[in-house]
Amino acid sequence: MAETEIKAPITAPALREYPCIPALQPGAMDGVKPYVANDKVQEEVGFPGHLVDDWQPKALAKMGDLLGRYRSLKVFMDACVHCGACSDKCQYFLASGDPKNMPVARQDLMRSVYRRHFTLAGKLFPGLVGARELTKEVLDEWYSYYHQCSECRRCSVFCPYGIDTAEVTMAAREILDSVGYGQKYSNEIIAKVHKIGNNLGLPGPALANTLEGLEEDIKEDTGIDVRYPLDVKGAEVLLVTPSADFFAEPHIESLIGYGKVFHAAGISWTLASKASEAGNFGMFIGNYEHLRKIALRVREAALELGVKRIVVGECGHAWRVAYQFWNTLTGIGAGAKDPFAIQLQSQLDQRYRQPMHICEFTWDLIRQGAISFDKAANDHRVITFHDSCNVARASRMGDSPGGQFEIPRAIIRACANHYVEMAPGTTHEQTFCCGGGGGLLTDDLLDLRIKGALPRMESLRQAADERGVNFMATICAICKAQFTKVLPYYGFKMSMVGGVHQLVSTAIKLGDK
Amino acid sequence: MSIFFAILFYLATAVLLVGLARKIADYARTPAPLPIVTTPAPTTGGGVVWRMTREVALFESLFRASLWLWGLAMLFHVGLALALLRHLRYFTEPVWTGVTLIQPFGLYAGFAMLAGLIGLWVRRLFVERIRYISTPSDHLMLALLIGIAASGLGLKFVNHTDVVAVKMFFLGLLRFDLQPLPADLGLYIHLLLVAALLLVFPFSKLLHAPGVFFSPTRNQADHPREARHLSAWAAKLESKV
Repeated sequence: MAETEIKAPITAPALREYPCIPALQPGAMDGVKPYVANDKVQEEVGFPGHLVDDWQPKALAKMGDLLGRYRSLKVFMDACVHCGACSDKCQYFLASGDPKNMPVARQDLMRSVYRRHFTLAGKLFPGLVGARELTKEVLDEWYSYYHQCSECRRCSVFCPYGIDTAEVTMAAREILDSVGYGQKYSNEIIAKVHKIGNNLGLPGPALANTLEGLEEDIKEDTGIDVRYPLDVKGAEVLLVTPSADFFAEPHIESLIGYGKVFHAAGISWTLASKASEAGNFGMFIGNYEHLRKIALRVREAALELGVKRIVVGECGHAWRVAYQFWNTLTGIGAGAKDPFAIQLQSQLDQRYRQPMHICEFTWDLIRQGAISFDKAANDHRVITFHDSCNVARASRMGDSPGGQFEIPRAIIRACANHYVEMAPGTTHEQTFCCGGGGGLLTDDLLDLRIKGALPRMESLRQAADERGVNFMATICAICKAQFTKVLPYYGFKMSMVGGVHQLVSTAIKLGDK
Repeated sequence: MSIFFAILFYLATAVLLVGLARKIADYARTPAPLPIVTTPAPTTGGGVVWRMTREVALFESLFRASLWLWGLAMLFHVGLALALLRHLRYFTEPVWTGVTLIQPFGLYAGFAMLAGLIGLWVRRLFVERIRYISTPSDHLMLALLIGIAASGLGLKFVNHTDVVAVKMFFLGLLRFDLQPLPADLGLYIHLLLVAALLLVFPFSKLLHAPGVFFSPTRNQADHPREARHLSAWAAKLESKV
């Protein structure tokens, strides 16, 4: 494929020299929405096939249920004062100017219904407090605008009450699913992961084949037998990585990198066909049961294979789920007092953090001197780092707050000579989403995705023009896929994006152990 | 009139206390099934207390979001806090030393509060984005607070009321011993507006005050790998395995 080939007649918004807050363009993104899941997909994941007749009482009942189950939703519905601190923080608003893409307005799509049906003020004086009935128009609006949020949490950084629109979006999608109004892309993927073990629907034998091919390629390239083991009982480490790593470019370059790190450090490891997916789209649709069921596959694989450590590959929301949720959902972690979690935690080697990010793993080895680099091998690259939203704002690496920023950068500096930061206010916890996270990485939302990438493209353009940046490293499968697709629309080469372990792979010294 | 205001303030206080207690109990009872703290975040309970203190006392997140908004919000909230402290002299006998000490500052605070509120309203009216997200109640709330601040300042600078008698009235309320309230229109307006504020507090966006302490993205410690966080309803799913 030609590097700048563009298929759809969609154009990117112009990069602005001085990024400013756009004037409001009401209705600019009205009706932009992903394909609705059909009956078959919906039923496979246990939701009604299509919009049920009594959807209104059902949706309100579901909303009441969620308000009772999630303190976040309840507090976030009440606490907003409409101060507007978040109003200029969302990449989809900055690029589209559609006021309903301001986080507060996105939340208000649900808050207005909450007020009408769950608060005294909204029951008595709906007009006064902006309360609305849940009509079909409102439901359609939810479907559209809650699929224009990538659950990236940038707004939550700036909210004085910590209101996280991602929680509201998840609740809205959960309500929509419960009345049979689900999103095709996410629900198809969830069906696949339950059935086959990964989001791509890549069955075990095909996976084994792919890995063998990879070993041959690396042997050809380096002359060294780097192994990519699958379902090996008694391996020290179980690596759980997004399935895009098995075949997509540039993801696979990072997978090659992980294998080389294990090889160079002499640590036995394995992938698992049962847990051949780190991603967990259960989170995107806000459904705890799916989130948990998908995560349990990792637990089962770990127990079957008897591994001592669990390491997670480069993936943003997957790391959020692993880091923040796995201990709760599956017992992968430490500190449990209940038999369910102790069963697994007593098997895992508690001298190590469980689960561990591949960057933590590699960085520990670098610090111990267990692996080393020929940094000059990366000299053709001037590298910058795009903090992936869920890693930045919903997880940590290492022992102290902010390790999720320091460790990937430290790895890059250890294996390359030219590293440059993008503009402050667009990195670390204030990083912009790539534009394709949270279940939006589907071609039916391509226009939205291109728009959503605008703020990142602006800071990348600046870094490229002023500092000669020609490689943007990231540690998320969605970021990689999204940028590969979107970069050409902004006049960049798609090969400009890659994983941190792609850089590791380029420079690592492979002693033949 | 004294009887009317006595009843009004007993009622408003009761609504405020019961309403807030119910809301807080509701927040406290509702589980937070997953750790969702916004990172980077403190890893210990002590760290969380410190983060929350910065959030509540200094509006740390707001500072990052918008300096203008932060400045106006600070002006209003600090002004309000000082004015409230100054008003404690109407409810304490003898007046606490700290309250005596801040009396002079409390006076300026009234003006700061008013300036902050006017600034916030101007912003709400003239910044397109903020006007878009405003509901009538947002404007009314500002009008109410401005009314309280302005009528309060009026009692001090325009038409000085008999503050000793006002104090006797409120001490009387606290002791269930009704004392006469000075017959003063400015005072009536000030007290009516304050009572209205107390009454709407538990049903309005003023719930941001208790809400912030229950916000899971701010009040959780970042240690999900070290401690298992399991809510009651989520634990029930486990027993089904």
